[in-house]
Order: sequence, then structure tokens, then C-alpha cells
Amino acid sequence: MEEYIIEMLNITKEFPGILANDNITLQLKKGEIHALLGENGAGKSTLMSILFGLYQAETGEIRLNGRPVKINNPNDANSLGIGMVHQHFKLVEIFTVLENIILGVEPSKAGFLQKAEAREKVLRLSEKYGLKVDPDALIEKISVGMQQRVEILKMLYRENDILIFDEPTAVLTPQEIEELMEIMRGFAREGKSILFITHKLNEIMAVADRCTVLWKGRCKGTVAVRDTSKEELSEMMVGRQVTFKVGKKDSRPGEAVLSVKKVTIPSKTHKNNAVKAVSFEVRAGEIVCLAGIDGNGQTEFVAGLTGLERLGSGSISLCGKNITRASIRNRSKSGMSHIPEDRHKYGLVLDYTLEENMVIQRYWEAGFQTAGFIRNAAVRSYSEKLIKQYDVRSGQGPETVVRSMSGGNQQKTIIAREIDKRHELLVAVQPTRGLDVGAIEYIHKQLVATRDAGKAVLLVSLELEEVMNVSDRILVMFEGEIVGELDPGSTTIQELGLYMSGAKRNTVKEIENA
Amino acid sequence: MRNNTVSSTGKFDFKRLSGNKGFSAFTAALLAIFLGLIFGFAVMVTASPENSLAGFQMVLLGGFRRIGDVLYFATPILMTGLAVGFAFKMGLFNIGASGQYTMGMFFALYAGFMWDLPASFHWGVCVLAGMAGGMLWGFIPGIFKALLNVNEVITSIMFNYIGMYLVDMLVQSNSAMYISSKTRTAYLPGSAQLPSLGIENSSLNISFIIGLAVALVLYVVLDKTTFGYELKATGHNKYAAAYAGMNGKRNIILTMVIAGGMAGLGGAFAILAPSTIEGSSMTYEPINIIAANGFNGIAVALLGNSSPIGIIFSALFISHIQRGGTLASLYGFKPEIIDVVIAVIIYFSAFAMLMNSAVGRFFKGRGRGPAQVEPAAAEGTAGLNKAGPVDEKKEV
Repeated sequence: MEEYIIEMLNITKEFPGILANDNITLQLKKGEIHALLGENGAGKSTLMSILFGLYQAETGEIRLNGRPVKINNPNDANSLGIGMVHQHFKLVEIFTVLENIILGVEPSKAGFLQKAEAREKVLRLSEKYGLKVDPDALIEKISVGMQQRVEILKMLYRENDILIFDEPTAVLTPQEIEELMEIMRGFAREGKSILFITHKLNEIMAVADRCTVLWKGRCKGTVAVRDTSKEELSEMMVGRQVTFKVGKKDSRPGEAVLSVKKVTIPSKTHKNNAVKAVSFEVRAGEIVCLAGIDGNGQTEFVAGLTGLERLGSGSISLCGKNITRASIRNRSKSGMSHIPEDRHKYGLVLDYTLEENMVIQRYWEAGFQTAGFIRNAAVRSYSEKLIKQYDVRSGQGPETVVRSMSGGNQQKTIIAREIDKRHELLVAVQPTRGLDVGAIEYIHKQLVATRDAGKAVLLVSLELEEVMNVSDRILVMFEGEIVGELDPGSTTIQELGLYMSGAKRNTVKEIENA
Repeated sequence: MRNNTVSSTGKFDFKRLSGNKGFSAFTAALLAIFLGLIFGFAVMVTASPENSLAGFQMVLLGGFRRIGDVLYFATPILMTGLAVGFAFKMGLFNIGASGQYTMGMFFALYAGFMWDLPASFHWGVCVLAGMAGGMLWGFIPGIFKALLNVNEVITSIMFNYIGMYLVDMLVQSNSAMYISSKTRTAYLPGSAQLPSLGIENSSLNISFIIGLAVALVLYVVLDKTTFGYELKATGHNKYAAAYAGMNGKRNIILTMVIAGGMAGLGGAFAILAPSTIEGSSMTYEPINIIAANGFNGIAVALLGNSSPIGIIFSALFISHIQRGGTLASLYGFKPEIIDVVIAVIIYFSAFAMLMNSAVGRFFKGRGRGPAQVEPAAAEGTAGLNKAGPVDEKKEV
């Protein structure tokens, strides 16, 4: 009989109207790396929240070493040795690494912190697992990869031996991902057990021993990774076959639509410039991808390009027209469409209805208003047309409050609106973030279709596969500069990673830009 | 989700009705009022058990004996309610309705005393002057907010005081307006007083009708125009509004100006009301007190869920309770107790917002379809973010 360290048996959790977990069983062996795979909304987060004590299951039980346990809150989970690295780190930026690690379990004597002891322990752990973390560095000064290691150290410091990683690779470079995998293997050798939540199949194939697949709240089964393939896993996850390659013809670029010259944007968080003298062009009929690791100036650049922030210096022209100082509305009128990075913060008014959101870029146009009064009938018929054309699904059609819609359909709303609007340039920032495989496939097709219609597309993405598959030309951004221009047809993910991490840069291009 | 709505259209569709925002706001307001009344009654029982039933009956029903007065007193709080509610739709908390109200009152007084105009439109000019005064007092916090991003709550609170002291000073130093022996303003000329609606023993006047009309206009502006669309979008999500190219600065200033104008109208309506005694008028006593009607406007706006139509009803309700409360003193209740009871009822109306979402959730929870899995996942991560031992740590 095999020994399981944690068993979640027949877990059922219902939210009003939704069966988030339906009779799911997950058994974690001691010393194994167990992947939990599923699309968005498949119930992964709910299941882990139950294990971490954030939710209580309606039925089913959790066993630790064969004994039933009750986990009422994260403190219970912690005392049972369960630790979690959240997708979004929970660190105090202005504290040091050490201070963050001991936060909540500070060793103290008579009210005074005893840091020396803690420091030694952190150094010991860091060395043992090859984490190479400097305990005295400030969190805000270290890279995202390092911050993740601080989160890992937090678990180790608390002597957890069941470690949950919630989509840990989303923010890392390929090299950092490699190192993380190695660290995880090290934990497994030490006898620690790892639950690894992801929807990236390559990583599962690389590191996991077994994999449990969730689909629409149900367990599709647990398989041994060495007996399965990527294709089989993806079919289990999505419920149908998925093409990984985006089908597209070669691009035939026309004239330059967007021309960016020596754009510099000051940073809000530090004294240096976030974007440093960036120059490039995007031509009609091509998809140019601005690749890079999160936080290398892409967000600031897009804010400057779309008019949300002012430029420090430099100029931008769209279709030959200088829009450096143009308002957002005028940029939009000049032919810029923008799929924003954060769809909830920028892209949608969540408490507005679907039809109200459909016209948010156009409500002022003559067709949608007369003398300041909105023409409801025009809004309705226009949004019905887009809903049909882009297959946006919702509860009450045009009257649905957007907040109640699924993430994929919210994103489709934005995409429909921005693509249908008269435009020459489409700026798409992480258009597939947080979406499942099916929705990603759809959005990629739309981007390619926009390109084939002769528009210029600027895609800003952190996803390497997306960068490689969708774009016609790749510009790599590192620390606010464009450090290389790559052809997706002839480059490799590894090479791209070297550029993204700053290990390599294209000096020829640099001279050209200067 | 889709199937769900399709299948339920046959019968009486309660889910659809309850999904409606207006409906849940209405039920929430009723619940708030009901709770408020219970607590109000409890206070009366504590104060004077033997008279509590009769007194409470008076609070509840007394207003019906004085319909004219109820409508008359409803008018200023209707206007300040609109001043708060309209700004709230944009996401601005206009706590400065009192100052705007006072300025409006002063401007109206000034036009009434200092400008000699024909009776046919003198009062109209006074009303417009009052509106202009309120607009000015809304404009200043608006411009601070728009251009310098100074919190409008702070500026408008300060402008409550600035407005009140300024008005008291200006009134006292103006010999045409102020009679120092009475420490009050003089009687306004008849031409400056609003035309009465002719209800006996009541000051009910044309301002009630103007107020209703203004509320309807605001409703149309909010619901049917591009300006209202921009304003509400900004209130819901200012980032999305900026992303869509809306001119946030202009809209903030415009909203505060309109809101100030509403409160200014309220002040003008209050001071320009005709007196029931021939040859007299309403007067103002400059004794350094911030106008209560400004703050009552906050309660009115909350209870009315910031909707102009809702605000009409909540102003009427609060005025009704206040009139009834005054009549309850016939049963020996001290005016202070009555004030407490009214305050308790109004206080509970502040919970209306809370209950609004609670009621909405209660019904929506039942109406939700099985295909809508996403919110659960979202809830999951939201839950994770605020959890346990990692509580105090900031997200990176």
C-alpha cells in the first residue's frame, strides 16, 4: 500500500449556482511533485483554497498521513506543514528579505526582535537548497525571480513540508524557470511533497511525477507523467484537441503605420527612466511583438504610446500624423485601438452593461448620439451585431452586467470593440492573460485576421509561446531598452530568453537606434 | 446562464425583477426604513413608555395632516440630496452641500435686497443668483480636485466653514439686509418671495415644483445623455473612463458645479419661501452654525441610492418623518427626543447601501446559472489574497 501524505477525498464545494468542485479526489505522495492541471474556472484555485483552509468543503475529507484533519484557516494549514507560494507574491516591498521571511513568526525576546538567529537559519536554508538569496536586500530592489525565492524561503523557514506552488512560472524567464525546476526537484529529493498548479504542459512534462487534471469542476483523472504525452494531457484539460501552432501565412508588410522615435519615459517607482530612447516602426500587415519579462518598461511604454501618461521625450507618429501630445480621444480618432493589459482596471466598466461597454470608444460618434442624447436603439443593434459576430456569451445579452461575465467573454468584448472600431494600429497588451487554451486560440486567430486585413498590430506579451507563434517580428525589451530584434522563424526560445534576461544584446541594432 | 434565463421567461419572472438594480435599491431602502422605525420606536418607549404608542403613531402618520408642510420642508433637502447624489454618481463625495447651500442662500438674499426688479421676475433672478452662488462653491473644490487632485471631501468640508463664516460676516456688515437689534436679516421684499401654491397655513410654494422638475432633468441627464454616460462611467471606474478618452478633469469640474448649483438652489428656495404671515418673510440668523440641510442631503442621497427619482421619494419620506416628529411633541416628547428618533431613522438609512448589496446578492445567488464558473475562481483568488498569516503583507 502506498503512503500518501495528503489526501483530499471526494471533495465537493458549491458556490451559489456553481459546483466548483464536484467529488474531486487528490492524493499526494510523500516526496513527489504532483501537478494540478486545468483551465481557468476548472476548480484548481477552489481546491487549493480548501486545502489551505480558506474555504470549507461541503462534503469530503482531508487526511494527513491517513488521519482525518480539519483545516479551518491558513494558520491550521501552516501548523500541519502546508505552505503556499501564491501567484501574486505577498511581500512587503520596503522590508528586507529577512524581515519578510520572519514576518508573522518573528523570534523575539521581551518584545525585542532576535534577528541574528533567524538570519542564520535563513542563510542555512538558502545554502542547502541553492537559493542564493541575500537576506539583507530590500524586496523592491531584487528581481521577481528572487522575490519568488523569498516566498519559497518563507515556507521553508516555517518548516513546511507540503509545498503548494500556484502558477509559479508565469513571471519567470526561461532560465529562471529551469532553476526553479531544479529547486523543486531538490525539495522532492529531500522528501518534501509538492503540489504544482499550472496550465503549462511543458513544465509538467519536465518536472512532475504525476498529474491530476481537472475539467469543469470534475476530476478527469490522475496520470503518471512518464506514461503520457503533452497532447494527451491537453486533450484531457480542454476536452478536445487543441492546435498549438497558430496557422498563418507569411506577412507582407506595407508602409509604416506607427513610428516611435527615441521615446523616453520617467519611472514612477525609481529615479531612472522606465523607457530609454526606444525607437521602432510597425508596418501595415505585420504583427510586431514587444517581448520581455514583466517590469522592463513595457507597461510604461504602452501608457505613453496610448496617451495614458505623458512622454518624457521623443515622438510618436501614427499614419504620418504626429500624435506625441495628442489626447487619448484624438489618438483613438487617428486610428489607434488598444486592448489594455488590465481589462478590469482599464478595459471595462464592470458595472456597466455589455452594450454600454461595447460603445465606450464610440458613444460620442454621430451614429450613437444626437445632440448629446444617446441613441439607445443604435447602441443596441450595434452591440447585438458584435455579440453575434464575435460570439460573446452572456446571461442576458446586451443587458448583461459585464461583471457577471466570464473572463474570456469579457476579453472578447474588448477585442470585438477594438477590432471593429475603425483603426490602423491595434495595440494588444497581454491579450490572452489568464485565459484558457480555447480562448487563447481564438484571440490569436483574431490578431492574425486583423493583420491580414492590412492593419498594423503591436503585441506586448510575456508569454514566450505566444511571442514565438503569433508575431512576425520580435523586439525584446530589457530594462527599458530594446536590446534585440529577432525573427521568430529563425530564433529559439532559449535565445529569446537570453535577450529577455539581458544576457545578450544586439549591438548592431543599438548603433542603428542611437 | 443562457438557458436559465430562457426557461424562466414563461412565468412571473421574479429573478429578473430582483436582478434589476433599481428593485434591490428599493427593497433595501424599505428595509432600512423599517429597521430605523423599530429603533426609533424603541427610543420613544425608553423615553416615555405610556405615550410611546400615540407618539409613534404621530411620527408615522402626523405628516399626512400637514401635507403642505411636508412638501415645503422636503424641497431644500431634495435639492441638497440631489447635490450629494449627483456628485456621488461620479464617485465624488460632495460633503460641502452645506456650504453651497449657505452660499446659495446668501446670493439669493443679496439679489433680493440689493436689486430692485419688477415683481414678475425678481424672484426668478433671486433663484438663479442662489444657484450661481452654489455653483461657485462647488466649482472651487471641483477645480482643486481636477487640477491638483486634492481630495474633494477635505476641500468641501473646509468650504463649509469658509462659506458659513463668510456669509455671516457679509450679512452682518450689510445694513440693508441685517437688523442688528433682532440679530436676523430683514424681511425680504414681496417681489423676491417665491409664489405660494396657495395652501392655507403652509409656505408651500413653486420651488417644490421647480425642484421636482430639476430632479427629472437630472434623471434625464444621467440616464440618457453622453455626459451622464461619461459621468457614471467615471464614477464606476475612472481608469476605464480615462482609457476611453473621456475628459475626466472637465467632467469633475462640471459635476461639482452642477452639484453646487443644486445645493445653492436649495438655499435659495429655503430663504425665498413666502411667509404665511402677510408682510413678513423667512429670515436668516447669522450665528455661526453650519446649515443642517446640507448634511441631511447626505442621508437623503443615501436613502435614495443617489438616483434623482429615488431622492425625490427619500426627501419626501424624511420630511414626512420630521413633520410627524414635530407633532409628536404634543404628547410631551421633548424636541431633543424627537431629534434622536429622527436621527436614528436617518442613521439607519445609511445602512441602505450595505443592505442594497446584501439584498442584491441574496436574490442573485438564487438566479445564477451553472455555466458561470468564472466568478467562483475569481472569488477564490480574492479569498487567497486576504488570507491568514500573510495578512498584513502587501502584494508585489
